[in-house]
Amino acid sequence: MDYLIAFLVGGAICAIGQILIDVAKMQPAHMLVLFVVAGAVLSGLGLYERLIDFAGAGALVPVSGFGHSIARGALLEAERIGFLGLFTGAFEFTGMGVAVAVILATVIALVANPKA
Amino acid sequence: MTHPGKKKQHADEQAQYQRLVAVHVPKPPLVRNLVAAFVVGGLISVLGQAVLNAFMSTGMALDEASAPTLATMILISAVLTGLSIYHHVGEFAGAGAAVPITGFANTIVAAAMDFKREGFVLGMGAKMFIIAGPVIVYGIVAGVLVSAIRWWTGM
Repeated sequence: MDYLIAFLVGGAICAIGQILIDVAKMQPAHMLVLFVVAGAVLSGLGLYERLIDFAGAGALVPVSGFGHSIARGALLEAERIGFLGLFTGAFEFTGMGVAVAVILATVIALVANPKA
Repeated sequence: MTHPGKKKQHADEQAQYQRLVAVHVPKPPLVRNLVAAFVVGGLISVLGQAVLNAFMSTGMALDEASAPTLATMILISAVLTGLSIYHHVGEFAGAGAAVPITGFANTIVAAAMDFKREGFVLGMGAKMFIIAGPVIVYGIVAGVLVSAIRWWTGM
């Protein structure tokens, strides 16, 4: 059941992105920025947490979940250690992904070449 | 001497041309793109759910499991990008491949591969985040701001 909900919610979020590209004529990069900001704002309103509780990876995997993860990390760390936590917490949940992406990108770029 | 009439005629011709172009430029196949984005984005989320469930089955809470889940999805996408497979998914699925975190990782790895030819420091190092950078920048600006407000107001 959690797989079906993840499929439907994750698919729906991507479909909204496709509408923004095809119908609203947004550039993909602008659409991604809109999604990450929307995820952060919905997180601040306490709504994105509920979406993740409901849809799991369907809400976590889209880039809006990345914005939520930044906001949630900042909030939890601020509650734990105070003001400075707003900044240290920004990478609480997202830092691992960014570090893994940088390391893999470097290693892969060393061994692989783009296909012409 | 100016020729306002001539200028107007020119503008008319341009408008006519724009209308002609609008008729002949192929419209994006909306339904096909929407279905492809929905199905592929959904399937990537299902894969993410499988990874999330695997981490949570080791006793991790949802919050603890989210970071390694994203990192695993990034690993999968990075390998598929290195093998030049992910861009086929992107061509087929559009936003279905771009919106998930796998698309984010794809832009980083693909940029690293592409800009390697401009050097390892000013090429690969500087331009790895050429597309993913704005997502991180505005994600942090919005995320920290929103959480600061929520924390200060004690909501």
